[in-house]
Amino acid sequence: MRSSKARINRRSANKRGAGRLSAAIGMIVLLMCACNRPTATGGELHVTIKSDPKTLNPLMAEDAASDVVRYLTGGVLIRVNRKTQENEPELASSWTVDENGRRITFKLRDGVNFSDGSPFSSADVVATVNAALDPNLHSPKADPLRAGGKAAVSAPDAHTVRMEFEHPIAGIERLFDEIAISPERMAGKADSATVLGPFSVSEQRAGEYLLLKRNPYYWKKDAEGHPLPYLERIRLYVLGNRDTELIRFRQGDIQLIDNMPPDLYEQLHSEDASAARELGPSIESEELWFNQVARAPLPTYRKAWFRSRNFRRAVSMAINRDDLARVAFRGHATPSFGLLSPANKLWFDKNLKPQQYDPNAALELLKSEGFHKDGDVLKDKAGNAVSFSLITNAGNKPRERMGSLIQQDLQQIGIQVNFVALDFPSIAERIMKTYDYDACMLGLTNVDLDPNGQANVWVSSADLHQWNPAQKSPETAWEAEIDKYMRAQASTLDRSQRKADFDKVQEIAADQQPMLYLVDKNALVAVSPKVKNADPVVLTPQTYWNVEYLSLSK
Amino acid sequence: MTRTRWIAAGILALVLMVALCASVLAPAPYAKQFRNNTDNAPSRQFPIGTDELGRDRLSRLLYGMRVSLLLAPAAALISTMLAALIGGAGAYLGGRWDRATVLFIDLFLSLPWLFLLLTMRALLPLDLPALTSVTVTFALLGVLGWAASARIVAASVRSLRESDFVLHARAAGCQPWRLLVHHLLPNVKPILLAQFWISVPLFILTEANLGMLGLGVTEPLPSWGNLLRELENYTALRHSPWLWIPLASLILVVSLFQFIVAGEEYS
Repeated sequence: MRSSKARINRRSANKRGAGRLSAAIGMIVLLMCACNRPTATGGELHVTIKSDPKTLNPLMAEDAASDVVRYLTGGVLIRVNRKTQENEPELASSWTVDENGRRITFKLRDGVNFSDGSPFSSADVVATVNAALDPNLHSPKADPLRAGGKAAVSAPDAHTVRMEFEHPIAGIERLFDEIAISPERMAGKADSATVLGPFSVSEQRAGEYLLLKRNPYYWKKDAEGHPLPYLERIRLYVLGNRDTELIRFRQGDIQLIDNMPPDLYEQLHSEDASAARELGPSIESEELWFNQVARAPLPTYRKAWFRSRNFRRAVSMAINRDDLARVAFRGHATPSFGLLSPANKLWFDKNLKPQQYDPNAALELLKSEGFHKDGDVLKDKAGNAVSFSLITNAGNKPRERMGSLIQQDLQQIGIQVNFVALDFPSIAERIMKTYDYDACMLGLTNVDLDPNGQANVWVSSADLHQWNPAQKSPETAWEAEIDKYMRAQASTLDRSQRKADFDKVQEIAADQQPMLYLVDKNALVAVSPKVKNADPVVLTPQTYWNVEYLSLSK
Repeated sequence: MTRTRWIAAGILALVLMVALCASVLAPAPYAKQFRNNTDNAPSRQFPIGTDELGRDRLSRLLYGMRVSLLLAPAAALISTMLAALIGGAGAYLGGRWDRATVLFIDLFLSLPWLFLLLTMRALLPLDLPALTSVTVTFALLGVLGWAASARIVAASVRSLRESDFVLHARAAGCQPWRLLVHHLLPNVKPILLAQFWISVPLFILTEANLGMLGLGVTEPLPSWGNLLRELENYTALRHSPWLWIPLASLILVVSLFQFIVAGEEYS
């Protein structure tokens, strides 16, 4: 009995051992499978948009919220990689630009479907681009393409698209990063529900949220061949209040925040340093400019100051940009070099030096222009005390702090600054219509890294040529020269030649200082530890530019 | 005057005195930026710390109190006088005048004054000195803030007009002017005084709210309004309790005004 029992026990022990072995093998297999799978799939990512999107038609997206929806849902031919800033193939597997920039030919990716399962072909691209170019639709996304004059878009076969323009368009490839391809039947009236991007619009509640669901037919796969995106849904909460956004982030209700104001970033950093991330200079800068409009209702002597290169340079020299960055932005900004931030890796002119703070040199420069100190007050040749008003929009704390700092900096050289914070519509009225202001301080966001994106500010006929907009012909020699170099860089495909031309523009701008570039804001974001594969960058969307690779841990 | 009122008035006078002597008592000029000492904690050099631009908080509080405590009563005086004139006259004349006055007051109260103030500020010249700007703001508050008080004054005058002693005075041949000055005004005076004392803290708080919208006092001039803006940063409030001092001083002053208005109830 003993031996038999022992045998039975051994047998059962053998059975148990085999069971354990198979369980262990099973576990290893499971683990191996798990290793090959993304860290987590499914889940719902929560982020915010500051207002309801004005449109879900990707060709009409102009406001920030609509643009976020376009980015998350739209499939594009070429994607500008937000990290490397290089063009990457997306729906187009390759492309060629020839005829000196007048023609671009795309080879389309095979086996791609829309989110409703219908196949994608060159006919969809032709229809979308034609709709974008249609002057009746007036798509803001196609404005740069329309600059190429008459266009002919054709599809020689189901996987090839050819576009020919009357005039060459420099950097034409990048423009297709903005044009989301819609099905042919919906071209020009698409609603982001049938898309080629990683997500499609599923539900919208005005003033509350916009729900995006995973596109099951999305063409992209990860390195192991798993379908993307990993996330099941994205909920875009409509939330304009930045304080509330931070509170909800702390509560775990929101997982990512882009473009944080320095004060809120500091708050988060003091509580959870790992969630608050500073990414270095962004492409958003803060500027001050003087009103140089000839018909502005200002005294003649003031117009003369503002039109004087040395006056502008002296004011620029007397502003302590290090203090602006350190005090106004709590150290989360970098003194500006000029019209481009170093964050624009491809086009920034590395020969430029930041403006040095030197009030004594500023005073000397002013003296060379006939200004003189009378006690603590700076006066011009005619004896007019130098003072001007500086307007900015109320409610922007760093900007209001900058105003106070500039006020004190300029007081040191005898200039009195009346700093006035106004509501934005009043500012727009003054700087765009009545021109009844002396100087203005605002921030400009560069939405396009390419120099062509600067044309709406730097070409003298442009409406956003803020110091003296919409000139019929350049009023100064240096503006004529900038126009010349802007045209030159736009009419060649040779990138090094374009760079050389645009460097000239940057150098003239630094020499003449029609815009006093103050600081480049650092990109500040918040990333919840729950979000895997987040790799924030300075370009928008900063935290979810690689949305297809993001996942949430359980 | 009750004992409570005397105490409240005494403390208020002391606060006002301190504010008036700001230029003597302030440790530093209110606009001077000590840029290497931003957001400092209280120290011997800066008794209640420094603000985000490194300016001495105590100096700014003293000067800010002076601005608000001088201009708010002036604005309250303007609004109370307008309330007495418009509300009192309409109710005294009675009939269609009274109805027209009530209609006018209701219309005035229903207008979106915040937007009007924003527009008015936008229309003002940009090179207005800071002190002129704040004076204009308080003057606007005074000119626009009479309607609620006028309604109360009108109601009071209306009931007095129908009272027995006024009837007796009329029956005895009292002239309208004499009736107004010797019989009605002395009886309306406590209401006018109460409206004045209520309006002072109201205007201080309104200026504080307008400051949040970029109206009112412009940099670098301090006022209670722009000092209170620091309370927006609630994280800082937890770590830096001295940031509560402007609010505490405002609550103190507002409470003192309330003790003066309703002193009898506390005695």
